[in-house]
Amino acid sequence: MNLNALWAYANPKKFIQTTDKVLPWVSVLAVVSLVVGLIWGFFFTPEDYRQGSTVKIIYLHVPSALMAINVWLMMLVTSLVWIVRRHHVSALAARAAAPVGAVMTLIALATGAIWGQPMWGTWWAWDPRLTSFLILFLFYLGYMALWEAIENDDTAADLTSILCLVGSVFALLSRYAVNFWNQGLHQGASLSLDKEENVADVFWYPLLVCIAGFVLLFIALVLLRTRTEIRARRMRALLARERMG
Amino acid sequence: MMPDLGKYAEAVLSSYAVSIALLVVLVWMSLRRAKRVNKQLEDVESKVKRNG
Amino acid sequence: MIALLIRDLRLAIRAGGGFGLGLAFFLIVVTLVPFAVGPQSDLLARIAAGILWLGALLSCLLSLDRILALDWEDGSLDLLATAPLPMEAIVSIKALAHWLTTGLPLVLAAPVFGLLLSLPEAGYKPLIISLLLGTPALSVIGTFGAALTVGLKRGGLLLSLLVLPLYVPILIFGAEMARRGVDGLDYTTPLLMLAGITCGTIALLPFASAAVLKVNLR
Repeated sequence: MNLNALWAYANPKKFIQTTDKVLPWVSVLAVVSLVVGLIWGFFFTPEDYRQGSTVKIIYLHVPSALMAINVWLMMLVTSLVWIVRRHHVSALAARAAAPVGAVMTLIALATGAIWGQPMWGTWWAWDPRLTSFLILFLFYLGYMALWEAIENDDTAADLTSILCLVGSVFALLSRYAVNFWNQGLHQGASLSLDKEENVADVFWYPLLVCIAGFVLLFIALVLLRTRTEIRARRMRALLARERMG
Repeated sequence: MMPDLGKYAEAVLSSYAVSIALLVVLVWMSLRRAKRVNKQLEDVESKVKRNG
Repeated sequence: MIALLIRDLRLAIRAGGGFGLGLAFFLIVVTLVPFAVGPQSDLLARIAAGILWLGALLSCLLSLDRILALDWEDGSLDLLATAPLPMEAIVSIKALAHWLTTGLPLVLAAPVFGLLLSLPEAGYKPLIISLLLGTPALSVIGTFGAALTVGLKRGGLLLSLLVLPLYVPILIFGAEMARRGVDGLDYTTPLLMLAGITCGTIALLPFASAAVLKVNLR
């Protein structure tokens, strides 16, 4: 037991030491690229000939939507790492990422609704993409609620990572089911390798900066929150040991 | 300074406001929790050290 | 295995848990719908298939926490875990018992409740087939949710939050199939999709449920 406990602390300690050095840089970079990207997008891009000024919403909508999905993927990977290798940092990183992903989903939904009102004439349509994001949001909520509900850290990590795996499969199924259920209003992905077809350069470069900003912000937040979770876990372990004797 | 947003000004401004507000709340809550947990851990650690 | 199934069935019937309660809940939902949307029979006919699916899904949800909670409390789950039966088999049996006591009565009652909602005649066959195909998956997914929340004191609400998003694909295909049947359209595609999802769920999810239960029993 004692040896195991020591080994378990070794890695998180290294994680905290490493992130001590990395975190300030990532945070600064995230803030800089977000500020540059959003200001560039907001003040210095022309209007689209069809969408008017609402095209500026793209700088928030596309990066947050991308992150909403990729955060879930990251949680899936870290959950797998936890199941296979039993690295505590991995499970805690998944826990740390979930609220960030939920907020990203919320931003994507909110900006989408605000954009849809003038463009489609409705705040909300039961369009496949919109509906899938709503379902994704529900998955995030369930995942976070399960983490909160279980007291034992290792049990919670095990259960949530299995939920994440099962949830991923069902989220994918829902995505296709929803596609089948209703043909949508939403345009195809505006980001792909052949970007010339979809987005003009004027909009493309600030969008890239914004995406980089969102990614960096996510990394900074996850590092910060994982550190918090590691410390909270260590604290609970210390308290438990003290109570034992 | 302010670009002319035309008739969609409300939509653009509100989506920026909502998103930035959500991000700020998320960052603020993460920082607050980090600080609180840090302090609690220090307390607990010093207590544990004192006791044994 | 069969002994376990019989025991679970007997317990469920004697305790009056899922058996009557689910059906009664289903009846109440069906009764309340016309109060909410108005008594025009053409409107009811249009939404009947969807309401029946939603009602069946909710009544299924109602009895999920009983699948494992009783056995957890009196410790018989620990006994079962040490039995020579693999955990995957135990959770499958539990899901089967839940389906027999909750899902099957719902399927049988659905046509009667369809009368109340003036479901068009063409809708009965696809509705029953879709429920028959879909409700086993609901029970299996529900067992997974019950296994996740079994150790928690107030797991009921959390259980719904976890399970309902997982129900989405089944509800979509099941209700779509019934709706297409009502409209006299071809419903082969949703039928196949629903059958596929159900088979996949029944085949794979017990492994996840068993893993979860093992963690909880640790």
